[in-house]
Amino acid sequence: MFEYAPAPESRSVVDLKPSYGLFIDGTFVDPTDGGSFKSINPASEEVLAEVAEAGAQDVERAVRAARRAYDKVWGPMPGRERAKYLYRIARLIQERSRELAVLESLDNGKPIRESRDVDLPLVAAHFFYYAGWADKLEHAGFGANPQPIGVAAQVIPWNFPLLMLAWKIAPALAAGNTVVLKPAETTPLTALLFAEICQQADLPAGVVNILTGAGDTGRALVEHPGVDKVAFTGSTDVGRAIARSVAGTRKRLTLELGGKAANIVFDDAPIDQAVEGIVNGIFFNQGHVCCAGSRLLVQENVADRVLESLKRRMAQLRVGDPLDKNTDVGAINSAAQLERIRELSDAGSAEGAERWSPPCDLPDRGFWFAPTIFTGVTQAHRIAREEIFGPVLSVLTFRTPAEAVEKANNTPYGLSAGIWTDKGSRILWMADRLRAGVVWANTFNKFDPTSPFGGYKESGYGREGGRHGLEGYLNV
Amino acid sequence: MSERVAVRKTYKLFIGGKFPRSESGRSYLVQSSNVSLASRKDARDAVVAARAAVKGWAGATAYNRGQILYRAAEMLEGRREQFVALGIPGDEVDAAVDRWVWYAGWADKLAQVYGGANPVAGPYFNISAPEPTGVVAVVAPESPALLGLVSVIAPAIVPGNTVVVAASPSEPLAAVTLAEVLATSDLPGGVVNILTGAITETAPTLAAHMDVNAIDLTGVTDAALATDLEVKAAENLKRVLRPAPADHDWSVVPGLDRMTALLETKTVWHPKGV
Repeated sequence: MFEYAPAPESRSVVDLKPSYGLFIDGTFVDPTDGGSFKSINPASEEVLAEVAEAGAQDVERAVRAARRAYDKVWGPMPGRERAKYLYRIARLIQERSRELAVLESLDNGKPIRESRDVDLPLVAAHFFYYAGWADKLEHAGFGANPQPIGVAAQVIPWNFPLLMLAWKIAPALAAGNTVVLKPAETTPLTALLFAEICQQADLPAGVVNILTGAGDTGRALVEHPGVDKVAFTGSTDVGRAIARSVAGTRKRLTLELGGKAANIVFDDAPIDQAVEGIVNGIFFNQGHVCCAGSRLLVQENVADRVLESLKRRMAQLRVGDPLDKNTDVGAINSAAQLERIRELSDAGSAEGAERWSPPCDLPDRGFWFAPTIFTGVTQAHRIAREEIFGPVLSVLTFRTPAEAVEKANNTPYGLSAGIWTDKGSRILWMADRLRAGVVWANTFNKFDPTSPFGGYKESGYGREGGRHGLEGYLNV
Repeated sequence: MSERVAVRKTYKLFIGGKFPRSESGRSYLVQSSNVSLASRKDARDAVVAARAAVKGWAGATAYNRGQILYRAAEMLEGRREQFVALGIPGDEVDAAVDRWVWYAGWADKLAQVYGGANPVAGPYFNISAPEPTGVVAVVAPESPALLGLVSVIAPAIVPGNTVVVAASPSEPLAAVTLAEVLATSDLPGGVVNILTGAITETAPTLAAHMDVNAIDLTGVTDAALATDLEVKAAENLKRVLRPAPADHDWSVVPGLDRMTALLETKTVWHPKGV
């Protein structure tokens, strides 16, 4: 491996306060009946800031503020005016993107290269895209006079904190709803900086409310009777619980849940490109990606060649300081997630799969897991069935396209899939048969605000992105 | 010379293109006819039949599905008098035929209206297209007996789903007669399966069934039952259509929502290059 001099991004661009309140009705306030918790840097375990934990009364306050803003300000406002606020926000995000990217990497542990080059450009693009819809909703295909739903409760995960916020808030606001959003408890900081951006944009008070907290806060929020719409991204188990909790209510629900995507490599695929795609599919963002290509299905006659090339490539991955611009794989987001990855990986070994990681020095402090592959995996193994949500790839083989389809679809999930082959007709044949909401052919982990994203089966329902993404925020 | 004795019809279930009695051997009396009282096992059998039919029906060309569904409208028109004899107003039969024709025409248009190319910021071909979600359980509205039934079955099967329908318990004769229409329409067996009997018996089985992808609660009038069914449906994250309001006007030309609620959007990416 080449030696690189360290190329650290400066963290001086981020001005962190020692503590943060809840963002309700346009201002930061102390919790009424909540407490506080600390957000740490997973790469060093240092405390970044103390953050308020919203209690039930805080949820009540935020939902009321959102309702008031919906009734009095945001609902009646013409779409062209709403659009201009969203454009303002998009611009402010672009202007402050370096600050946001560094903070994202500090709080989440993802490499600065990804937060700078992937997350932040997509966040700004998402607001820019939906801003333009705000005054064109009658052309979106949902009737001549589509109406917003009301107050949206939105709960997002820690893997792409600001990007998931953008996926939730941009379409909701464009459609004329107001929101109460809860970021994940391990990554609340960029959402709080986003609250400052809302202030800077002079967004009317109560249109966006940010409640920090953990599972209890989220539960109180989605179960609040004043909420008209619930949008959740996270685990399938929590998604199920939310689906039960909204049963019998008028609340509309969209869910973006787990995945166990197959990344399918045929013998005619260009091996080097496929290996890049495999690496991007599972090691991007430390594998903390619901659509990660966590099951490699490789055609048997090229399996040895692909694996040899994959191992060589994995040995080049630089694991370490997220703020170093050379880093490919950053820190695992939390101790709890690291424990889950370890537990499932140990189960992989115990069930008889063969484990391999490149030689790799991991930092002493923080949460780290070396890029890992398992070969000799069968469909019955836990590592082939359960979402690991970490840099761990399970490798299975197949002989025929039909067998590849059968194995790829043999999961309760259906979020994404990958196909690598030089044969166009085979791509289309496979794409027709894969039960997944996003199919990447000869590419992987590509996202765009115009492109609908979301799952089949137990990966959830509803789509985010594109014209389709408006549907979940309109009374259609 | 003695008067001719009429040949009466036996009203049975419609599962996998066949007309079996309930495996439970039970029946109940409606308008002087014994109607099968479907059991939980019948519901499970119907799901198996519906699942088996998904591949062929979803895999058929949209044009072919449209042709078959239009054929069903032809058959329905031809049996107008049978429905009238069951007490369905002639206007309602006409409206049901028209509704069926309206939906049949959507088969080969939905993908263009609801899908399309996405202008992503990069050198990629990117297209979204709707696909059927799979097996759909449907609780049919209690009334109008025929128009209500047609208005929930047609939008589910047009895009390629297969259905298990819990027919209105008070109006099963129209449902079984519609099954006879479908059985003579080139519709593959198992695409539509119809259970007659008690909703309280079949619907919970369908709502909890792990091989059902979506449930349409349109005809559930008991709020507590609707909630219970929605809770059961959460186990495998079924797509749920909530009960229709009691005053829902079935005569109004519908929108796309009944079809789109039972669709998945699949987006396919491919790089452009030389």
